[in-house]
Amino acid sequence: MSQETMSLFSPQLAARLDALVEKYPRRRSALVPMLLYAQDEVGYLSDAVVAEVAARIGITELEVRNVATYYSMLRFKPAGKYNVQVCTNISCMLRGGYEILERFQQELGIGPKGVTADGLFSLEEVECIGACCWAPAIQVNYDFHDELKPELVPGIVDSYRGKAQAEGGSSHA
Amino acid sequence: MPRLVSHPDEVKIVTRRFGLGAADIDRYMELGGYAAAKKCLEQGPEWVIEEMKASNLRGRGGAGFPTGMKWSFVPKQSAKPKYVLVNGDESEPGTCKDHLIFLHDPHSVIEGTIIAGLAIGAKLGFIYLRGEYRYLLQIMEKAVADAYARGFLGKKIFGSDTEFQIITQTGAGAYEVGEESALMESLEGKRGVPRIKPPFPAVVGLYGGPTVINNAETIATVPHVIAMGAAAYAAVGSPRNGGTRLFGISGHVERPGVYELPMGYNLKKMIYEVAGGVRGGRQLKAVVPGGSSTPVLLPEEIENLGMDFDQVGKAGSMLGSGGVVAIDDQTCIVEFAMRTISFYQHESCGWCIPCREGTDWLKKTLTRFHAGFGEAKDIDNIRYLAENMLGRTFCPLGDAAAMPTLGFVKKFRKEFEDHLNGKPCPFAKHVGLAVV
Repeated sequence: MSQETMSLFSPQLAARLDALVEKYPRRRSALVPMLLYAQDEVGYLSDAVVAEVAARIGITELEVRNVATYYSMLRFKPAGKYNVQVCTNISCMLRGGYEILERFQQELGIGPKGVTADGLFSLEEVECIGACCWAPAIQVNYDFHDELKPELVPGIVDSYRGKAQAEGGSSHA
Repeated sequence: MPRLVSHPDEVKIVTRRFGLGAADIDRYMELGGYAAAKKCLEQGPEWVIEEMKASNLRGRGGAGFPTGMKWSFVPKQSAKPKYVLVNGDESEPGTCKDHLIFLHDPHSVIEGTIIAGLAIGAKLGFIYLRGEYRYLLQIMEKAVADAYARGFLGKKIFGSDTEFQIITQTGAGAYEVGEESALMESLEGKRGVPRIKPPFPAVVGLYGGPTVINNAETIATVPHVIAMGAAAYAAVGSPRNGGTRLFGISGHVERPGVYELPMGYNLKKMIYEVAGGVRGGRQLKAVVPGGSSTPVLLPEEIENLGMDFDQVGKAGSMLGSGGVVAIDDQTCIVEFAMRTISFYQHESCGWCIPCREGTDWLKKTLTRFHAGFGEAKDIDNIRYLAENMLGRTFCPLGDAAAMPTLGFVKKFRKEFEDHLNGKPCPFAKHVGLAVV
């Protein structure tokens, strides 16, 4: 896709996706990573994202949706700016994963799959994230936090609140 | 940052460079890196395959298939391009070893991929990480870029006339994609549903070309096998089980962590000595020996159990991915079984009916049972459902769900019976899991 001006994505992402389709022996192989990168920037797979990805790969929107619905990290609704994913699978469960989930529910005032009113946080109970020996573990977006205790939860929430403030701070200053 | 652990009984081969800054290419080479790939380039493919066969290295993904044998199945002549595919979609609950390999020694994965490519005559390799491992993908991407800059990857690797390229990418959340044929589907930009076998990937794989698919730990082990020699590597392990394994010990132990121990190492010792015993001085109730899909073992079954593919198989379970999960006496096995099956229900891709329906009914039954609404006939019904899933699906996910369930029901029948007649769970902790 050379009509970058028509792209929904930032110039950086558009350039990255241009390169991505050329990388593989077949164009379609770029589909799953492309969806993930697009979601990272836009926040979710909106109709417009699906349409642009379909055009870039050269398949129908229906085919894009058919693939996207298979993968649990891909979503069709916005999540919070910081998506908190608490693992409760066996290794985490044995070391208090459910207690961590409960504490996040209290701190954020939302249940699993909820989004806070300010749009800052969303909460998800997830399957194994590959941090079993450092359980209980969570991911906030792509960042891991491991060997957690419920009393560490407020500090984690605060640190992301602070991060959001620091990022948005300049425009309000 | 995942904590590294250490124990005097460890034999550090694959983890030798962990914590030493080997993600940096210069440091990796100071520590002996890329010499094995150069050697393989000089010696040629047949020598490499013979070395791998002699090493007794067996696939670390779970099935334990001999690596050299797998490579030898790829036809020498092929009209279609051949490929190497590295499976780093590490998703089996209890397993986090590849996480550390990508973090601490990304070049060992690249070097192993080059060697596999040389052995089978492929010009392109893929390293596929699970979607959650974004920070590890970034580490891998940098390592691959550095290897290209040095001429270790590209049109003429190490100054020879041989071409080898690597593409790295992640998935987007799917346990099923860890199954080799589903992995190829995902890499082709499709839903990760399994393909029927035969044909096997060695003959018809990615894009229809002959493809070797190896677990990331297997691939990271390959350069070490070449460097130390097949005979020396084989000598470390037990008969027919060469070398070491990265055992991830999690759950109710004092010192959880990933420990590199010789194949055949005693499981009881692993829990009580290496990992420091059961947390808080409690008693051991059960052990899941190789990731959540492997049938549970009782304390008396691990007394003399050597952790290799053959011995654990004889004990009625599997070595699997090497993820050892220790369970203490304060744990409800019905709840543990429910959480295990609820994972497989979530991850079943729905392609094969016995798995799609079986996992769903097992989850429903176990959830109701644990909530105190079980009936006596449920126990046999759980067995009936699980037994009828076994061997009736395209890929092993159906078995992976059925086997541990059968183990829990057979070995802890009394605990299931105790839940009956409206009696709530005696451990009564997380009964809130929704009946979906």
